[in-house]
Amino acid sequence: MKMSGAEITIKLLERQGVRTIAGIPGGANLPLYDALGQSGNIKHILTRHEQGAGFIAQGMARVTGKPAVFFATSGPGATNTLTAIADAKLDSIPIICITGQVPLSMIGTDAFQEVDTYGLSVPITKHNFLVRSAEDLLKVIPDAFRIAASGRPGPVVIDVPKDVQMAMVEFDQWPEPGVPDATPELFHGEIEHAASMINRAEKPILYLGGGVIQSDSASQALAVAEKGAIPSVMTLMGLGTIPTGHPLNLGMLGMHAARYTNLALEECDLLIAVGVRFDDRATGKVSEFCPNAKIIHMDIDPSELDKIKTAHASVRGDVADVLKALLPHIERQSRTEWNSRIEALKAAHPMIVPGADDPTSPYGVILKAAELVGDQAIVCTDVGQHQMRTAQVYPFTQPRHWLTSGGLGTMGFGMPAALGAALAAPDKPVICFSGDGSIMMNIQDLATAMEYDIPVKIILTNNNALGLVRQQQDLFYGKRYVASDYCKCVDFMKIADGFGIRTFDLGNCEDPEGTLAQALAEPGPALIHVPISPDEPVYPMVAPGAANSQMIGGENHV
Amino acid sequence: MCKQTVIELSVNNHPGVMSHICGLFARRAYNVEGIACMPVNGGGTSKIWLLVDADDRLDQMIKQVDKLEDVLIVERYDSGHPVFAKMAEFVQ
Ligand SMILES: Cc1ncc(C[n+]2csc(CCOP(=O)(O)OP(=O)(O)O)c2C)c(N)n1
Repeated sequence: MKMSGAEITIKLLERQGVRTIAGIPGGANLPLYDALGQSGNIKHILTRHEQGAGFIAQGMARVTGKPAVFFATSGPGATNTLTAIADAKLDSIPIICITGQVPLSMIGTDAFQEVDTYGLSVPITKHNFLVRSAEDLLKVIPDAFRIAASGRPGPVVIDVPKDVQMAMVEFDQWPEPGVPDATPELFHGEIEHAASMINRAEKPILYLGGGVIQSDSASQALAVAEKGAIPSVMTLMGLGTIPTGHPLNLGMLGMHAARYTNLALEECDLLIAVGVRFDDRATGKVSEFCPNAKIIHMDIDPSELDKIKTAHASVRGDVADVLKALLPHIERQSRTEWNSRIEALKAAHPMIVPGADDPTSPYGVILKAAELVGDQAIVCTDVGQHQMRTAQVYPFTQPRHWLTSGGLGTMGFGMPAALGAALAAPDKPVICFSGDGSIMMNIQDLATAMEYDIPVKIILTNNNALGLVRQQQDLFYGKRYVASDYCKCVDFMKIADGFGIRTFDLGNCEDPEGTLAQALAEPGPALIHVPISPDEPVYPMVAPGAANSQMIGGENHV
Repeated sequence: MCKQTVIELSVNNHPGVMSHICGLFARRAYNVEGIACMPVNGGGTSKIWLLVDADDRLDQMIKQVDKLEDVLIVERYDSGHPVFAKMAEFVQ
């Protein structure tokens, strides 16, 4: 066979099963685009900003668990991708960014649109490549898919100089598509030791994170929880592991957890940490996190073990393998005393949800939308109060239906991630909760939603402010609202309208519930505008750096 | 004086590997006191020796280095390595 580097790349992507690529062309990746145009199998989504393309890829990868690909040109195209790549690194999401680069001979000359994409992406990728010959693509592309999806998943960048894209290569056969490496072998001693600690514990809590979602082991986690009657908390990334409403579900822990959740952690004698990394938003002040507990830490990434908290027992392995191996060793127990203590904590310190019955209130709109879209819906958010509210009250029932920027907390994530989710799961409703600050960061991709008629429903709670920042100023900076209130209002209805998106306003309507239902039933994309007050805090809240036991607000005044 | 350790790495040999390794240490504000690097077996791989202070973050650093795709083997020499003894002669 004789083909150009660009043709080889596209063919290899097809062989990996890639069917959708988002991106933007430019001089340095035009050969790749030309080859893409010849492919009958891959659909291209032309975004309006490369960051949006990165988040579309993330949306696809988070929903399917498989690596998703996006394209950018050299220089400004490549620099525009960096936030989406860093976001994927912190949340362990397998995406592959393929950038064009100036020709090899011009690298290092400050050529037009030259930037050191390799150097820029070193600290924010799991691995990266600068491809030096077209032959190398035959190894690099499958390798990128293997690396992105193996062990702890993560983003990979492949920088391809333009002359490498154009060079012709003769080769005999296609390489095998890249697949994840086999999961590491377990040490049975570690499993048995962990099991005996769990069986002996009187007040254990399961602490479940994104690793459980990534390894597709939510059902195993639930089985362990049920067999041992172990109450379970989830990180922001772990939501969906244990269904809402399950008696053992204690919801999200940490900065915006319900009071009973953090109080239960204060009392536990064994914390079973599964696929988590002890992020400070989850733990609060680490030295005071779970003060009475021994810790078992299970993770595929050995560098997470003992990184923040030294565990009394660690289990290295793919969380799915670990939980499977663990289950037979877990004694069936009812732990009546501990679970009734938890019930008492729940009753005494419940989650207070103001306006739960009002579909025009910040919490009420989330609950009403959830009721209307049903439990198959995929839920995305941007970053801010709306995100934390959704995490607190949305009735999650299954994994991979909750997409949020956890580790990096990137405003602008939600809407393009929702587009990716809708592309990957066309049979499921997709809703995105956003704020007026966040949506601005990638608002241009409303045009992408319109152009490809991608049926996402954006629920915009508009407080005309950077709500979560303002809340911190309210609590910790003497109510000095510097740079967090907008002085004038943007008309989001007109803007969305200008992008060709249907709009619905819950602010000025007789029947907000009916309007919401109508909007969610729209066939194409729609923006639902919900004007709210900037003075509605998200409670409870733990001050940054404080212990989780020091929660502000959300008390039960009876 | 702080106790020093030598980490010996076998790595793929291509431009960029050194920046992955040095960047990892720099990002975590962990100083590398000495570096030596030579190609092995015709240059497909290289050996890198890093002389570092053995503080309590070292185990974490080694785990992070071990995760790098281009790093094939990591070995630790807590009682030093002759490569730096020889190099020391050049900087007296
Ligand atoms: C790209 C980016 N810049 C700044 C921040 C800091 N930040 C966190 S929340 C927030 C305010 C979000 O406001 P909005 O999207 O309107 O949501 P709300 O809190 O009002 O619901 C800001 C500025 C961030 N997370 N991401």
